Amino acid sequence: MEKEISIWFFIGVLLTVYGVTILSYGIWELVTNTVANVVLNNLHAPIWWGAIMLLLGIFYALRFRPGKV
Amino acid sequence: MLEIAATLNNPGGLTAPMVHAVTALATVPSLAHLGGLDIFVIAVYFAMVIWIGYYLKNKASTSEEFFMAGREMTAWIAGLSFVSANLGSLELMGWAGSAYQYGILAAHWYWIGAIPAMLFLGMVMMPFYYVCKTHSVPGYLKMRFGQGSSTVAAFSFAFMTVLMSGVNMFSMAKVMQIVLGWDITFSIVVSSLAVAAYVALGGLRSAIFNEVLQFVLIWGGALLVPILGLIEAGGWTGLQARIQQNIALHLIPGGDYTHMWRSMGHFADNPMGVHWTGIVFGLGFAISFGYWTTDFLVVQRVLAANSLRSARMAPVIGSFFKMAVPFIVILPGLLGLVVLQNPDGTHMLLHGEDYVTAHPGMGLHSYNDVLPLMLVRYCGPGLLGLGITALIAGFMSGMAGNVSAFAAVWTYDIYQPLINKKARDEHYVAVGRWATVLGVVISIGAAYTVMHAQGIMDYVQALFSFFIAPLLGAVLMGMFWKRATAAGGFWGLLLGTLTSIGLWAWVKAVPSALSIVALSSDAKDMAENMYRALWSVIVTVLVTFVVSMATKPKPDSELNGLVYGATKLPTEPPVPFYKNEWCWTAIAIVVFVGLNIIFW
Repeated sequence: MEKEISIWFFIGVLLTVYGVTILSYGIWELVTNTVANVVLNNLHAPIWWGAIMLLLGIFYALRFRPGKV
Repeated sequence: MLEIAATLNNPGGLTAPMVHAVTALATVPSLAHLGGLDIFVIAVYFAMVIWIGYYLKNKASTSEEFFMAGREMTAWIAGLSFVSANLGSLELMGWAGSAYQYGILAAHWYWIGAIPAMLFLGMVMMPFYYVCKTHSVPGYLKMRFGQGSSTVAAFSFAFMTVLMSGVNMFSMAKVMQIVLGWDITFSIVVSSLAVAAYVALGGLRSAIFNEVLQFVLIWGGALLVPILGLIEAGGWTGLQARIQQNIALHLIPGGDYTHMWRSMGHFADNPMGVHWTGIVFGLGFAISFGYWTTDFLVVQRVLAANSLRSARMAPVIGSFFKMAVPFIVILPGLLGLVVLQNPDGTHMLLHGEDYVTAHPGMGLHSYNDVLPLMLVRYCGPGLLGLGITALIAGFMSGMAGNVSAFAAVWTYDIYQPLINKKARDEHYVAVGRWATVLGVVISIGAAYTVMHAQGIMDYVQALFSFFIAPLLGAVLMGMFWKRATAAGGFWGLLLGTLTSIGLWAWVKAVPSALSIVALSSDAKDMAENMYRALWSVIVTVLVTFVVSMATKPKPDSELNGLVYGATKLPTEPPVPFYKNEWCWTAIAIVVFVGLNIIFW
């Protein structure tokens, strides 16, 4: 019987997609110096928040990938 | 109304004020504008939940799989789902608004209003629910007290669940209209279609999987706000100092915003108009235990656990996350007191709904706007979409919880015993799928009914308390007193419910009765609900006791698996201490007590 895909894999995929999206935007902001008009934009939250999501996403997607013993 | 809707998922919201929050703001320009990146983030979320539902559709072919997720959930998944089904988006926004208005008092609904009951469920009650293999709480009552009590509980639960789901749906659509300018029908149709699709396809397993996903998203989308807010405010110490400074400058109303128990000595000493006895016995016992231990919406998640140990651990795991929720709900509300500014740079003061309604065109915002305002303050493209996705995810997790619980109760406790007793298993699965769709359709109907007759909102929260507190009395008597009889359970449940309804109607007809029902004329709605719940539990217990003493009890042999003292619980294999449920319960108690002392 086929083993069920873990919910943590789905979460990993979602976090990876979000991490890539938000981190990419943050890097674009930094490179082009066109930061969003929000408070504390000097902290570049999209970069570190996106990076955290990406790392967590990759970890869960790999750790719980389908077919892994 | 945001706060009423919050009661769907949080017993503490039963009588929160500001009942017309959403409707009052319909003409105010939207708070946020989404860009392409934000829309992409939201679209990815919807694609993911549908993918999960589609993937799981082949794993819900038997009734045990469809309604109970095959009883294969691990403690972590059951525990996160248990909390997530309770963590609606309207709760996030409503309680953030309450924190702005009342300060950290609002955290009582997350700590004493949840944690003791969750731990009691896991350690004391869960073995009986789990060992008797019931499919639902009304199902337990059927085994313990017979069909009469079960039918009363099943119909009241089914009615309340779809009504609450509809109110929640309407409230969410209104929030989306206010925050984003989205059309109400668009929000209702898109969100309810998605929920109907993934629950009808994959049953409880799909609902639980999505709830775990939504739980992660809620934290991912909402956690950034308190982090950035604390940085801006100068940490917790800086926040306290700036609150005092704003009070001194008369920028915000005076009061103790950062302590939980100091102003509980008298009804008139705190803005909520509650006394510590109401918080401890009304909220902490009658309402909280009623909701967390007998509301099938949350109990269903734990019944899906893969072992008795997992079923006991799930609420314990959930309790840690529940204790942490004030960080993303209460803290943003407190931060709003010091960091929010008008476009001209002056301090922004939020107001009650009535005041905002009475002053249209002035660009005023209500307490309930504090979370979206904080979101817009700190989150640019992408992160804003993530925050909005967190709100949508919260709504959908709450709604999926409602419809999956409704489908199980309808099929097992109404359709099977009363309409079609001897059908094939596939037939009941089909009934469950259609009940899911039917639940969503009725919810939509309820949402539009509420939209056109908004006075209903005033009664919904009272309605919720009519049924939950007496159910607690009946289940406790049935589970912990062997002598309780079927007649005792039935009459206790019925008269307890009628007591609750009667007390509510009495105060409505004769407002001065409040000083009797809630023990003080200074009591406010919130206190009234707490004491009303307490009285109805007491009446249920007393009636059950008296009637049981006058009727013949079941022999012990028929109570095995149902009642304390008549049940031999299975022994679980030994595990290291760090995997033991009692160890984690002890840690949860220490953290719970510590938090209350720190914020005393």
